[in-house]
Formats: sequence, structure tokens, C-alpha cells
Amino acid sequence: MGIATVLAVPIAAVVSSLAIPAGDVWLHLWRTQLLELIGQTLLLVVGVGAGTLVVGGGLAWLVVHHRFPGRAVLEWALILPLAVPAYVIGFAFIGLFEYAGPVQGALRRWLGAGARLPEIRSYAGVVVMMTLVFYPYVYLLARVAFREQGAAAVETARTLGRSRGAAFLRITVPMARPALVAGVALAMMEALADFGTVSIFGYRTLTEAIYRVWYGMFDRIAATQLASVLLLFAAGLLLLERHSRGRARFTQTGRRGPVVEPARLCGWRAAGATGACVGVLALAFLLPVGQLAWWAADGIRAGQVAPDFAALLWRTCALAGATAAVASVLAVLLAYAGRLHGTGTVRVAAQLVSMGYALPGAVIAVGVLLPLAWADHALVPPLERALGRPLGLLLTGSAAGLILAYVVRFLAVGLQTVDASLGKIPPSLDDAARMLGARAGSALRRVHLPLVRGGLLTAVVLVFVETMKEMPATLLLRPFGLNTLAVEIWERTSEAMWQEAAMPALTLVGVGLIPVVLLIRLTSRR
Amino acid sequence: MATRRARRGARILAAALGVAVWSLIAGGEAAEVMVYTARAHYGQEPAMEAFTKKTGIVVRSFGGESGALFERLKAEGDRTPADVLISVDAGNLWNAARAGLLGKVDSPEIQANVPPHLRDPENRWVGLTVRARTIMYNTQKVKPEELSTYEALGDPKWKGRLCLRPSTHIYNQSLIATMIKRHGEAKTESIVKGWVANNPTLINGDTKVLEAVAAGQCDVALTNTYYLGRILAKNATFPVAAFWANQQTTGTHVNISGAGVTTHAKNRAAAIKLIEFLTSPEAQQMFADANFEYPANPQAGVNPVIAKWGKFKQDDTNVAAAGEFQAAATKLADRAGYK
Repeated sequence: MGIATVLAVPIAAVVSSLAIPAGDVWLHLWRTQLLELIGQTLLLVVGVGAGTLVVGGGLAWLVVHHRFPGRAVLEWALILPLAVPAYVIGFAFIGLFEYAGPVQGALRRWLGAGARLPEIRSYAGVVVMMTLVFYPYVYLLARVAFREQGAAAVETARTLGRSRGAAFLRITVPMARPALVAGVALAMMEALADFGTVSIFGYRTLTEAIYRVWYGMFDRIAATQLASVLLLFAAGLLLLERHSRGRARFTQTGRRGPVVEPARLCGWRAAGATGACVGVLALAFLLPVGQLAWWAADGIRAGQVAPDFAALLWRTCALAGATAAVASVLAVLLAYAGRLHGTGTVRVAAQLVSMGYALPGAVIAVGVLLPLAWADHALVPPLERALGRPLGLLLTGSAAGLILAYVVRFLAVGLQTVDASLGKIPPSLDDAARMLGARAGSALRRVHLPLVRGGLLTAVVLVFVETMKEMPATLLLRPFGLNTLAVEIWERTSEAMWQEAAMPALTLVGVGLIPVVLLIRLTSRR
Repeated sequence: MATRRARRGARILAAALGVAVWSLIAGGEAAEVMVYTARAHYGQEPAMEAFTKKTGIVVRSFGGESGALFERLKAEGDRTPADVLISVDAGNLWNAARAGLLGKVDSPEIQANVPPHLRDPENRWVGLTVRARTIMYNTQKVKPEELSTYEALGDPKWKGRLCLRPSTHIYNQSLIATMIKRHGEAKTESIVKGWVANNPTLINGDTKVLEAVAAGQCDVALTNTYYLGRILAKNATFPVAAFWANQQTTGTHVNISGAGVTTHAKNRAAAIKLIEFLTSPEAQQMFADANFEYPANPQAGVNPVIAKWGKFKQDDTNVAAAGEFQAAATKLADRAGYK
């Protein structure tokens, strides 16, 4: 509970802005565009939710329940896009498919000056883009869930005369609902919080408006108030999820039994399955990484010197590692406390803390900065008097403050993942453990943790990779002299110097791949 | 020989003593200046290195977005380690000064280096580089005679031929803000509505806009000139040229990246010294060479790549207008339907 309180401070700082009278910005927004913005945001979130569900869930079903050429490689390769920051994919896409890009340029040369593709800077463009970036959340969680279901339920349906497709829709999907919903909720919250992609695509959302009010009207208070509207959206999402689940529980009894026996696909079905996987992989990973490699090669030819990568890498990984460790421990504690205390206040607190994920990084960052600075100004002067020497600032701009911001922002990733796995353990196991005399802590250690290992690892890796890619909070809160790869990338991309940014971006992707590949190895073992 | 060596030794000793005494005065630490800079993306600025070489004062810099640096500086309050704030867009500097984050600097040298319309009337910040935002056109499809002013881009002949960056970007907000100061809200709104009536293609990114002009997606656009300079340095045949807008009337809109000394600077003297150096012709030449921006000090020359665009008349409205009317500009754009 205490933990949740500390983590909720930044979010409370955001909500508390509502108490400050806001001037005329709201009236102006109401008159000009507020409803449009809310509508656009809703549309985006729904589109991305549907897109990631179909792509992520569909691909997971393909690779778990079927056998087709290339499956062994594709099954893990489909997770790779996770390592690519959204802003990189977005930029590579725009560059390739816009009017001035090479694809349309070639079309005009072959088909005449009138030939053009539909405008990529559009609603459809943004949804496709974000689906490609965020589907791995759903895919990862669904893949594990489908796998852990085992064969029994599906076999039963099949013996009762259901077709494979029907068994998938009526048995596999409903049983995996917590995982699917968790994945889709993460994707939707990412879409809510995203600023980089929507600004490249010129699509207006609430998050985009937050930045406009903040930087364009110099009104941070009104911007923060808009952010609390975002929180409402996030709360709505989480409530909807709770409500839809109702009283249903999704435990799976006993050991898994026989694993799913994948059906062999032949002919056009096999080609289709391979094609779908390769297509998604090409768009979400090969294309942007290829583009980066191209730019990096250009840069090297032009005699560009690489920054000091060893130090950058070390700092990036240290920060991400610390965050992943703290966030996963907290996620386990919060999820387990929720399990022990049913649907009480702990659950509500956990949900509240998760909402940080739907907030733009810069808003969270300010939510962390203000309390830290306040504490510094209150605590450091007496400390200085006691020690007799100047201390400057202790918390503001400290690594600890930065990690706190990361944890607030990404705890939801860990919590959703762990919670989805924990929910599958039948309560009877808890009861058995307790009856055999184990205390809550030892039951967690000896019973639950081994069973949720897959989910926990997924949580660690997701938080690690997310933290590595994080930009706005890093920029605002980092200690002096502590540059990370993301900062290095920002310094170049903010002025559209993409060629110069390619080297650090490629490195970021490369390092992000290591834990992702590790995760695949560890969760593939049966 | 021996005397010369002795003399040299004595000189070094004297210099060392001088430095020691100076650093004692400065608080016992090695002389340094901490700079919060929103120009981090230009890498290590050569002018900073030159300053260290010249004075021995070490420049440490901390990069970030203008808005983020503002929040950090404000939250740190009187305990901030920052001595100098370098920001892009006059609006950001104006906002920092309004929030009391920048202190007055009374330096005749700085005032002589930079013309009045490029610095704060109350001397809390000063321009380092000038960024002109003007009309760009496709040289194969448009003759310069067809162009004249920002206002004229609302002429129906540009219907479907105009590319703009979305109004959300601060460069456009500052352009509109300066126009409000010049022409008043009503006239500015009608100008912006004229652009909107031409159904402009909105592309976020000045470089992207220029590429669209070159590819023929549109024929005219508004961007900052240094983006074109950067492209031309790599590809001299790029079919886009800059046209100086409003030369017969108010002059071309300019903005700045600039610097100010923080209110709670611990190394105020060194900070002022730094800004004096950065506005000097020597350092200004380095800024101009590095990024194809125009120097704020008219004594420095421009980069050869952009020299062929010739001299131009700047709108001499004080760039502080970018801050003063920024919020009004954002709202005006919303009302005019400029997204």
C-alpha cells in the first residue's frame, strides 16, 4: 500500500492540477476543437486496439497452433519489432511512402506523373503504423497464453465436432482473454500516450493538444489538466476490462497435460501463413532497420565519428536494468497483494498506479520533477546546516528520481503481464500451500513465482526494453553528464538529422534485441 | 638562452598565479560555466570550444527540449547549477524571462554586438543566431516574379500548390505571433484564412516540406532557410530556392536562437563573459558556418552555400513578439482552421 502511495504521487500531482483555475484555454479549446480531439483520440485507440488484437492474436494463433515453412524462425522473429522505438518506425515509413519518397517516386516514373498512393499522413496511416509498433505486446502475451492452455480443451471441442476455426474462436480465445485484454490494453495506453508518431503523421489527439497547450501557449497547468482527461480515458479502459471479465475466473487446473499439437498447413494455406508472418515482420522490423542501416552506412561513408558507445551503452543498460528490477518486484508484490486481498483497496491502488502508462512521458516527468524539487528545497537546507557544506540538489536530477519516473511510467507493463499469469493459478493451490503451513511470503516464493516465471520474465524484458527507448522523461530528469542512447538519438532527430541519428538508433535496436532473444529462448523451453 | 627560459618560466608562473588567484575569487573551484541548451542537436558547438581555449573557462552543457529545460530550471529554483540558458525560438526565451528565470545583463559589448530587435528590450536574453522563415519555391515550376509576400500566398492561384508545416510547430506560431504584432489580430487572421482556403498540404518537418516541394507535391512553401542550406550543401542541384518575402513592405520574418544568464547563476561573471564571446564576430562566424543560420552580429559573414541568396531586409519587429503573442497566435490558428 505504501509503495502504491509513493508511485501514485506523480499521478496525483497531475490530477491535482485540476484544482487550479485554468484561465481561458479550456474555453478556447471547447469552442474550437475539444470534441474533435476527444473523438479523434477515441477513434485512434479503438483502431489500434482492433488492429493489435487481430494482428497480434492472429499471428500468435498461427505460430502456436500450426506448422508451416519458416515457423520456427518466425515464431521468435515476430517479437523483434519490440526493440525498435516507435518514432524510428514512423519516420522510416513516412520517408518511404510519402509523396516525395522513393516508392511513390518510382510509381510516378513507371505510371506517369498522376500516379500516387493514398496519403500516408492520415487516420489509416497512423493506425497501421501503431498496429505494427504495438502488436508485439498482444502477440507475446497471447503466444504464452495459447501455449499454456495445453491441448485438452481444444481436443475436447474437436471431438465434439467443432472445426479448428470454431474451436479457436469458442475455446482458445475466450480462455486466453485475460492475456489478450492485457496486451490490447497496453497497446491502447501506448497509443494514448504517444506523441512522437502522431506528430510525425500530423494526426491530432489529446496528447498532441497537451504539447500544443504546453509549448505553444506556455500554459503547463492547462496542459496537465488535459493530461488528467487522458487519465480518465485510461481509467475507462481499465474499468471496461474489469467489467467485461465480471466474476469469471480464468484459472487452469493442474499441470498442463499434453501440449498443443500444431496442425500442418499445406499449399496456399501454408504460403498464406508464411506470407502473413513475413509481411508483418518486413513492415515492422526489416524495413525500418534496413533504412537505419542505409543511413548509418551513409554516415560512415561521410566520415562521421561514432559517439562513445561503450559508456552510453553501459549507462543505458544500467538504468533500464535497475528499472526493470524495481518494476517487476513491485509488479509481483502488487499483483500478489491484490490476489490475497480480493478486490479491495489494494486492487484499486494497483490499477491507479497502472494508469501512468497512458500519460505522455513528459507529463509524468513533470509529475515526478515537482515533488522531488519540493522535497529538495524542504530537506536540503537543514541538512546543509547540519553538515556545514553546500549540497546543491540531492533528489532533483538524480538517477533515483529518473528511475522513479520510469517505474511510474512502465509499471503497468509489468503489472498487466504478471497479473495475467498469476490469474491462471487456481486459488486451490494457495489454499493447499497455506494449509500445509506456508505463510503468504513463502507461498509466493515456492508456489506462485515458479509458476509465473514466463510472465515475470516477459515483464522484466518488456520494462527493460521500454525504458531503453524512453525519451522525454530521460531528457527532463537525467543527472548531468548522464547521456543515454535515447538522448543521443534525440539530439539528432529533433532537428531531423536522421542520418546522424542512425548509428545510435541501430545500437539501441541491437541492444534491445539481446533481452528479447533471451526471453524467447527462456520461454520456448517446455 | 637561459634568461629567455627563465623569463618564460616566470611568465608561466605568473599565469598560474593569476589563474589561482582568479579561481580563489571565483569561489575556489576551477572556472566553469554550466549551460542548459536546447541547441544540443548541433553537437559540440565549435564556439564553446573556442571560448574555453581563449579563457580557460570550461563550458559544461546539458541538452534538452526548450520546454523541458524551462521546467527543470524553474523547479531547481535558487539551487540550480545552470548559469546560462540557451534556447531556440525567441518565444521560449521570452517565457523564461517572464517566469523570472533570466537575470538582467548590462553589457555594452553585447548590446553593441547584436541589433536591438534581436534582443530583449530589458536585456535578459540576446540572439545568437538568426533564423529567417521565408517562401520556398520549386525552381522548375515557379518564377520568382510570381512571388511577393506571406499575405500573397493566400492568392487563389496557389490553390492546392502550397505546403505548410502544421500550426502546432513553434516556428509557425512565432511567424503568426510577429504578424499579429505587426498587423493586429483581424488582419493576421484573414491572412492565415487565406492560406487555409488554398487547402495547403500539411507536412511536419521543414526538411520534409522542402523535399515535397522538390518532388512536385506542391510548388511553394514556408520554411526556415538553414534547412535548405543543409540540403544544398549535400546536393547542389536540389530544385528549390529561397525567395525573400515582404522585401517591399515589412521585411522577412526572423526568429532567433539565443541565450540569457540565469537569475541564480553561481558563475555570473563567467556566464556574461561567455555570452559576450558568443556574440563577438569571431564566434558568430563559427555559428554561421556550422549550421547555415544567419549570424546575429551583422559584422560576421554568412556561409558560402547560402551567400548566393543575397542580403535581405529583416522584419525589425522585436523578436520578443514571438513570446508575447504566442498564445494568441496558437488560438488564432485554431480559429482560422489552420491545423
